[in-house]
Amino acid sequence: MFGYYLDLALRSLKRNKVLTTLMVLSLALGIGASITTLTVFRLLSGDPLPQKSAQLFYPQLDPYPKDQPFSRSDKMPWLMTYADAMNLMHARKATRQAAMAMTQAKVTPSTAGQKPFFSDGVMTTADFFAMFDAPFRYGGGWSAADDDNRMPVAVIAGFLNDKLFGGTDSVGRSIRINEHDFRIVGVLDHWAPQPRFYGLRLGGHDYGTGDAVFMPLQTARADGMTPQVTLSFGSSDSTKLETAPSIWLGVWVQLSGAADAAAYRTFLGNYAAQQVTLGRFQRPRVSLSGLMQWLADQRVVPDDVRLQTGLAFGFLLICVVNTVGLLLAKCLRRSREIGVRRALGASRGAIFAQFMVEAAIVGLAGGVLGLGFAELGLLGIRHQPAEYASLAHLDIGMFLFTFVVAVLASLIAGLLPAWRASLLAPAPQLKAA
Amino acid sequence: MQIKPILSALRKHRLSTILIALEIALACAVLCNACFMISQRVSATHIDSGVDETSLATVQLTGYDSTQAPDVDARALAALRAVPGVQSVSLLNSIPFGSRRGTAGITTDAAGEHFGGVIEFYVGGPGSLQTLGAKLVAGRAPQMDDFHAFTGFMPDEGSVQITQALAEHLWPGADPLGKEFWVLKSHYRVVGVLKSLVRPDPTGWTPEQRQWSVFLPAQPGPYLTGSYLLRASPGDLPRVLRDALAALAKAVPEVVIDRENSHTLGELRHDVFKNDRAMAGMLVGVIAALLLVTSLGIVGLASFWVQQRRRQIGIRRAIGATRSDILHYFQTENFLIVTGGIVLGMVLAFAINLLLMQRYELPRLPLYYLPIGALVLWALGQLAVLGPALRAAAVPPVVATRSV
Repeated sequence: MFGYYLDLALRSLKRNKVLTTLMVLSLALGIGASITTLTVFRLLSGDPLPQKSAQLFYPQLDPYPKDQPFSRSDKMPWLMTYADAMNLMHARKATRQAAMAMTQAKVTPSTAGQKPFFSDGVMTTADFFAMFDAPFRYGGGWSAADDDNRMPVAVIAGFLNDKLFGGTDSVGRSIRINEHDFRIVGVLDHWAPQPRFYGLRLGGHDYGTGDAVFMPLQTARADGMTPQVTLSFGSSDSTKLETAPSIWLGVWVQLSGAADAAAYRTFLGNYAAQQVTLGRFQRPRVSLSGLMQWLADQRVVPDDVRLQTGLAFGFLLICVVNTVGLLLAKCLRRSREIGVRRALGASRGAIFAQFMVEAAIVGLAGGVLGLGFAELGLLGIRHQPAEYASLAHLDIGMFLFTFVVAVLASLIAGLLPAWRASLLAPAPQLKAA
Repeated sequence: MQIKPILSALRKHRLSTILIALEIALACAVLCNACFMISQRVSATHIDSGVDETSLATVQLTGYDSTQAPDVDARALAALRAVPGVQSVSLLNSIPFGSRRGTAGITTDAAGEHFGGVIEFYVGGPGSLQTLGAKLVAGRAPQMDDFHAFTGFMPDEGSVQITQALAEHLWPGADPLGKEFWVLKSHYRVVGVLKSLVRPDPTGWTPEQRQWSVFLPAQPGPYLTGSYLLRASPGDLPRVLRDALAALAKAVPEVVIDRENSHTLGELRHDVFKNDRAMAGMLVGVIAALLLVTSLGIVGLASFWVQQRRRQIGIRRAIGATRSDILHYFQTENFLIVTGGIVLGMVLAFAINLLLMQRYELPRLPLYYLPIGALVLWALGQLAVLGPALRAAAVPPVVATRSV
């Protein structure tokens, strides 16, 4: 039966080319717009570390005085003081833990004639690489002992290795950062989580090619490197950030399950309560968010992108309504044909199925054309002035999803006309002829 | 034109009529809100900076220790002043549309209880307010002894010039001269009022907050270094900036010139509003596609109706209706349906606007967008129906006598 419906549908679509083109075009425009914006939305709201994100948590404490709170709407401070971050590091209550801050690292190439340049640097602690599953091309990370001994060691990104050492194994060679020599212990393979979740609120980009150099926090600080973001809650001397009433570090911990997370939350609560009795804190409140929760709370997806996605789906809705109207016109025009088929014994269900098949064909055609529009739209996005622009590509999942959306939209659009068509009584249609 | 027969005919096509009206309603709602957003974006890009943008450029240096600052600044300033065509050079921490280094929350009392908002401190060395060209409307400009040396993030106290917009926000209706405000324990007194001075990052703020700036005079030091403002005649500016960068590469070879942030203010302004322009462009595209799809829908359904009613049209023509009667019939029908859609659309437009106000801090949709949206859709409907209606008018009376 399906083959017959297919044949009928194709014939009917061919018979009225203008109406068919209008339907396909309007559906394709709606599909194209919504798939374009949805691709960007998914890119921005995606999981940066799918295999690990369920185990990563972001603890927050509140060292601010009560009368000068961090936020007027009672948000928890985004970052941590050095003292608290180090206390959490040394407590070692999580499977892995790392503190981090972003810095602008001045890299001076050893080859004469090449000018010094700035690149994105991360000051962090030993667990960073293992906790975030950062893949190494050569060598590896540094050890906790290197952290404590303030060893001048560094891990560099693959692209920096290509730029400075032509892509050869540079482990053991030295790199000059902010007028200090660091020994390279590891070179990362391509590693750029999108969004760059670990740098959120620490300054710099949320999306992009990834950071260039990674150095032990204490070593980098001893060499005078400064974090990109420091928020102070008292008068402070910027040169003594370690003791100042300032928050400037992000802390991430790896916890393997819900039980571990609950235990860690209790530990944080106890820690904050203890700090209150010591007089360091005034409020014992704490928070421990999972990675995806943290991204959602910080509204990492720009409002513009949300608006565009909403707008595109509103547009798709209009296109679907439009298709409903056109399909309805097409169905009713064929009242007589329906009458004949019904008189010859076709059931209401058969008529319904026939028109749904027709709608699905319109949907498929709209999907194909819509895919073309989406590619065009993404081409446009890639020329937009945004950090994430170059990352906007249609992947296989979205490719298939386009057809699902297209067929679903056309089937929804086809429901009403098909239902109306199946309700037509055969006798009046035959008489009118 | 009689409306009653049209209405009773529409009652026969209830479903199609409702669909078209619904489509018009959705289009009206999206159209009004999208146009409003476009106007918001476009008006943001036309913000008055309060400074002589066309004659200003900035050069940014980084990558040296704070202990080296006096030496680097002395050499850089000497090199910049020697560039032919440079009218003046000053140190200024934040740059309009450029680097942002002085954002802080203020209170209007010493105890820190009355929060005044988050504002921008333009901490500038001697001569920088004149270099900017910001217009003073009351009080006085900074005097030589206003420029204090400082070690922290900015001077702990000072006599400042604030913008009219900020003065009106902090002390509505009162004379701001002599008033005081605080940042934690740091204390500032207003001695002058500027007509306007835009924030470095106006896009992140509401239209009112975009002018919340203060000029704070200070002596160069570890936190006021490496950020220079150049003034030259507008036509000469690109050349002066190029020469200035070249001169700095020679004068201070050991530091990094931050070329990404060293531009004329015109270029910086262009960059700041890039996203807004892209968004406005995308909205225009959506509106165009929306109007296209809506008119296609009207054309499709109207053509169908014309074909369905060929015989009735023939009969009307045969019993005396003129071509223009038929034409007007379809035009009036379209007008009635679109009007129904617009009424529903206005309610929807306000509902969407309410949602946007809650979630994206968008202002309320001004009422005058509704009649404009209505006019556009009426015109669109009439344009779309014209073709099918003309075809209807062309139906010959003889059709009435034929069985189809």
